[in-house]
Amino acid sequence: MKIAVLVKQTPDTETKANLGAQGLETAGLKFILNPYDEFAVEEAIQLRDKLKGEAVVVSLGPDRVIDAMRTALAMGCDSGIHVKVSEDDLKKLDSFTVAKALAAALKQKGPFDLILAGKQAIDDDALAVPQMVAEFLEIPRATVVTKLEVAVDGKSAKARRAIEGGAEEVIEISFPGIIAAHKGINTPRYASLPGIMKAKQKKVDVLELSALGLSANDAKVTYEKFELPPEKAPGKIFKGTPQELAQQIVNSLRNEAKVI
Amino acid sequence: MAKALVLVELKNGNAKKSSLESIHALVSQGVEVDAIAFGPEASANKDAVAKAVGGQGAKKLLKADSGDVKFYQPDIYAATIADAFKAGGYQILAGSASSLVKDLFPTLAVRLDAGLAPDCIAIKIEGAALSAKRPMLAGKYFATLKFKAFPAVVSLRPNVMPIGADSGQSAQIVETAPSGAARARTIEVSGGGSNARPDLSEAERIISAGRAIKEAANFKIIEECADVIGAAVGASRAAVDAGMAPHAMQVGQTGKTVNPNLYIACGISGAIQHLAGMKTSKVIVAINTDPEAPIFQKADYGAVGDLFAVVPELTKEFKKLLSAG
Repeated sequence: MKIAVLVKQTPDTETKANLGAQGLETAGLKFILNPYDEFAVEEAIQLRDKLKGEAVVVSLGPDRVIDAMRTALAMGCDSGIHVKVSEDDLKKLDSFTVAKALAAALKQKGPFDLILAGKQAIDDDALAVPQMVAEFLEIPRATVVTKLEVAVDGKSAKARRAIEGGAEEVIEISFPGIIAAHKGINTPRYASLPGIMKAKQKKVDVLELSALGLSANDAKVTYEKFELPPEKAPGKIFKGTPQELAQQIVNSLRNEAKVI
Repeated sequence: MAKALVLVELKNGNAKKSSLESIHALVSQGVEVDAIAFGPEASANKDAVAKAVGGQGAKKLLKADSGDVKFYQPDIYAATIADAFKAGGYQILAGSASSLVKDLFPTLAVRLDAGLAPDCIAIKIEGAALSAKRPMLAGKYFATLKFKAFPAVVSLRPNVMPIGADSGQSAQIVETAPSGAARARTIEVSGGGSNARPDLSEAERIISAGRAIKEAANFKIIEECADVIGAAVGASRAAVDAGMAPHAMQVGQTGKTVNPNLYIACGISGAIQHLAGMKTSKVIVAINTDPEAPIFQKADYGAVGDLFAVVPELTKEFKKLLSAG
């Protein structure tokens, strides 16, 4: 079974936004493997071990994204495909064009039986690329997957996906297909020291965006203006007995904020 | 004038308020809007749905309810909407950024060869130019994006934009046959239920607890308070990681981003990743024993005290107030 895992390198969750004319200033930022992608990597490794085959990590971005790919390789992926774009071009790309490029790379290096991805990247929170890649490849997909049961023949799966209000859907999907993983699907492993050493030797193929017939100008939307949220004026702090505190809160919510 | 198709979702047979917000956001900027709704519910209650969407200014209600649309089927919804979109000469596809729309709209963007602006908090249409503002890094900053051309696919964050006064008009019902075949098939839906508390991402009021709640069973005092004011119940990542609450309840950067009118944080210190998920709440109340807790800097009203003592009193006071009317 040939499995691809789509990963994104994102700023760390503790990042404070420092904005420039083109958005978030990337110089000096600490980057990580997108947390939701860790679930996808873990699922790919487990399935590769169970059903035999290979797990290939795929990422789009400038040279720095190799660090996120190495994390996936250290966890256990076998090789990598790096779709290379410059830092400036990355700022111009939208989900549509990123997905189109990834789909083209997957087609060129495939075919893959299963494509895994995190359900969303924590930087732009678009929840879009997995579905878009599926549509470009004209294959089925299931998103926000908390449980994946792959059939013994490795040709189909039943996926449980989280929807609103704590409800769940069960969706049947045949392969080739795309699964976008959510927290709960597994517990991602930490890379071992030998794993980290081995990762440095693993092969990563590089594809230029232009070699896939695309350019940053193909994006359908452009990000133009960036701003920090307005600072909130300091609020009121109440002190007193629990009953007094409760009365002050309720009184303020009713008479001042008028939300109750 | 631009023409938009708005996906309207139903709950208990009625159009969701968040879907009506999308209609109003477009109609109020001079866009001609039609609505589309799916499922057997849409048929059973079609007059009420037509009245709700028409009241906000939608001209037509496209109703697709035969065939395989008992459950949400991504491929059939996508094919049906794409066909209707092309046949109707629309330029904008819009809807509330619900879990269904977040799943579906990226597929439709590709199918319609359109750009996508997900989970927007503002939208502006001037002639053939559409721009939208959306939170980035879970609300740590905002970006305004511009479509280079129509068509545009846009989802709007629930509970951010208002609905308009009901015009009393009803939308014209147009039967629409579902199209396409399911590549993947939804076979079962479980949990949820119509009597459940409101969903976090659409809730107008939320009360959350952090690790100070100590154990899962103690969420009872939070739930009691929530039920008095019709609130959803949330939890911090610390409480979820400690096994006190399921991940579905997690508010924050790696959980749900919420935007209620009232957010009450109980025993939550206010880690940056939690604040990112809730700081756009209109009114924030914090209850915490530590007067130095960062949550107090974001709170409109802070109470220094123990949640186990304060929350039951708060429940009592809410009851008193609401029974008095």
